[in-house]
Amino acid sequence: MAVKSAYIAKKGEKSQKAEKASGPPLSNSGFTKDQELAAYRDMLLIRRFEEKAGQLYGMGFIGGFCHLYIGQEAVVVGLQMAQKEGDQVITSYRDHGHMLACGMDPRGVMAELTGRRGGYSRGKGGSMHMFSREKQFFGGHGIVGAQVPLGAGLAFANKYRGNDHVSVTYFGDGAANQGQVYETFNMASIWKLPCIFVIENNRYAMGTAAPRSTALSDKLSARGEAFGIPAEQVDGMDVRAVKDAADKAVAHCRSGAGPYILEMMTYRYRGHSMSDPAKYRAKEEVQKMREEHDPIEQVKARVIRANMASEDDLKKIDADIRAIVTEAAEFAQSDPEPDAAELYTDIYVNA
Amino acid sequence: MPNILMPALSPTMEEGKLAKWLKNVGDNVKSGDVIAEIETDKATMEVEAVDEGPLTAILVPAGTEGVKVNTPIAVIGEADAAPAAKAAPAPEAAKVDAPATAAPAVIVAAPAAADPEVPEGTEMVSMTVREAIRSAMSEEMRRDKDVFLMGEEVGEYQGAYKISQGMLDEFGPQRVIDTPITEHGFTGIATGAAFAGLRPIVEFMTFNFAMQAIDHIINSAAKTLYMSGGQMGAPIVFRGPNGAAARVGAQHSQDYAAWYGAIPGLKVVMPYTASDAKGLMKAAIRDPNPVIFLENEILYGKSFEVPKLDDWVVPIGKARIARVGRHVTLVSFGIGMVHTLAAADKLAAEGIEAEVIDLRTIRPMDLPAIVESVKKTNRCVCVEEGFPQFSVTSEIAAQVMTHAFDYLDAPVARVAGKDVPMPYAANLEKLALVSADDVVIAAKGVLYV
Ligand SMILES: Cc1ncc(C[n+]2csc(CCOP(=O)(O)OP(=O)(O)O)c2C)c(N)n1
Ligand SMILES: [Mg+2]
Repeated sequence: MAVKSAYIAKKGEKSQKAEKASGPPLSNSGFTKDQELAAYRDMLLIRRFEEKAGQLYGMGFIGGFCHLYIGQEAVVVGLQMAQKEGDQVITSYRDHGHMLACGMDPRGVMAELTGRRGGYSRGKGGSMHMFSREKQFFGGHGIVGAQVPLGAGLAFANKYRGNDHVSVTYFGDGAANQGQVYETFNMASIWKLPCIFVIENNRYAMGTAAPRSTALSDKLSARGEAFGIPAEQVDGMDVRAVKDAADKAVAHCRSGAGPYILEMMTYRYRGHSMSDPAKYRAKEEVQKMREEHDPIEQVKARVIRANMASEDDLKKIDADIRAIVTEAAEFAQSDPEPDAAELYTDIYVNA
Repeated sequence: MPNILMPALSPTMEEGKLAKWLKNVGDNVKSGDVIAEIETDKATMEVEAVDEGPLTAILVPAGTEGVKVNTPIAVIGEADAAPAAKAAPAPEAAKVDAPATAAPAVIVAAPAAADPEVPEGTEMVSMTVREAIRSAMSEEMRRDKDVFLMGEEVGEYQGAYKISQGMLDEFGPQRVIDTPITEHGFTGIATGAAFAGLRPIVEFMTFNFAMQAIDHIINSAAKTLYMSGGQMGAPIVFRGPNGAAARVGAQHSQDYAAWYGAIPGLKVVMPYTASDAKGLMKAAIRDPNPVIFLENEILYGKSFEVPKLDDWVVPIGKARIARVGRHVTLVSFGIGMVHTLAAADKLAAEGIEAEVIDLRTIRPMDLPAIVESVKKTNRCVCVEEGFPQFSVTSEIAAQVMTHAFDYLDAPVARVAGKDVPMPYAANLEKLALVSADDVVIAAKGVLYV
């Protein structure tokens, strides 16, 4: 089934031309009922989790920087659907959604946000720095762009060991300007590293709209061309389009053909972090995105239209998710702070 | 009935102004609706409702300043309660003593020595550190058109920490330049422009990100004068917030004073007061060498008295006696001064008169000022927020030992941040940072009391 993305098609003429020039039209595949409902559930978990995190921040339970993923849920959920166990994930500070998609426990993520001992980093990392060896989630990085070579390093290890795992390395449109990204592209290409570079193009780096800081900002997928890395621009608000493109990228990487770039056209609804009033964009722009492209509403509408589930079925999922999130928040508020002795642990591995 | 509480809207926010209500008592509120606007020290933020239902009471009237985080500000009723519940102004409203709780705006150093740089009779004005840095840059940009400001979010966004607020309007995009997130690249470009004779001010959103650019700061900016046999150098200022903010974790909480202080060719300035921030910023911009100017996010909103002079310049390399005393010398700089002055107060209450030296410049360091004081007190405690090993305080201790050994009645004591990456958890972060009590204990230690 080929569904031309409404979201990407709506963009300026120039970018459409660029698209035509550089690749086939965006394809899209249908989801089974199970896939639709799984995607709905996973995206909803992220949405509700993030809303709760925002609330806890306002109440002072979460401190420091807290970057919410609301609006971008389809990206991680679609990619996760194409991965298999043992594939690695690494991203920036906007990481809560990635961790939940990886299957990390919402209680442990929320407790890390509140800095409690039950958190994934035992309270020592916070919102921007969480990890799970078990789920092969490698963080949670606060320095813009730094996770890109690290992700390629994970891919290097796969290649070195001769396994068929891929590393899914996420970064933002803003990060796409950092020099180390291009050093990494070059090495990933010459060494054929099984790395999927996922550019989450949410149009803004903090308060900077992408065109103000970025050459050809509506075509970041083209940035692999000079390095011979195949790339695709994808409607990142449509979880089916994401999964479809991710399948191709994963197959490419697993086959040993080298890295792949996926530019996910997405959007963040909230400010950059909790302290960003987001005055740099019109309210209508956000409203329009929410109304016309919301990743969760899209699935909901499809599922109902296709009679795959009733409003009531979906309400039941909503209630389940709310219960999970409420429980995580309660745990995160009642779990004790780390023991004072933790201040001096984990600085070195005992040798 | 859920109370809406005054939300925390930034890492360092403790209170804010309830600028405006966008909903009235009786209005039905949906989750996600913007109900009020709140001014923090950085920005005006919108507050979205989380609960749904009719707004039954507004507890804090619009325009109230100094509303503490977590104070109830409004009440939302049950969703299906009679919407006509037009509650009378809640009785609690009277209890909100917000204006009275507003923190004292001006920090007055206790028995400070008169600043010899300030002519007698000069009028003083209250100014935040943020305003002081901004006015220094603006004055210098008016004075010299080769001076320009470059960095992430300095222009249209008005500065990530609002230091450059309004400067794009005044100086235009030629001179207030928004960069992509490419620290290594734009630092190199700015340094090249300085080689060519321009006078760039490079803002790092925080100094943590200057690590991306450290090659150009050290290998290009600091060493070129020497390598070229004096033919060309880099008159450039690298500035931005440095050190821990609040709960921002290991990668965003580091004090670089000792790092840059180690490099020949760099000057390193780290002011505490607004007056010094202003005067030293002007000196830094005029200096023909690369100057690292280390600011602090927590200090940005603090107010101090600043001399009202047309051209207030504080010389680089001169310490300031912040408090006169005779029993022990306390040396610090930047945010370390907060804990050191608080410790001096505590010591005074016990009859111990501490002399407090604010270094202001890390490199070149005003050693004579420290040695002079130690000759008088015979005891020295030095204080910094950074890591303890290979630190500014270890340098001070070594220098005092070399130059004032015969005057010391006790080994120099050092108080520094703990030797660990900055943890996120509130209790651990507190333990990792320096406190006034740490300084008091160290001072008593060198006094053997
Ligand atoms: C090296 C570095 N420079 C600056 C920052 C401050 N900063 C944090 S996030 C951000 C914007 C990044 O935007 P983008 O890459 O588009 O990711 P998004 O936040 O949109 O997910 C900036 C400038 C940083 N953390 N690291
Ligand atoms: Mg972005």
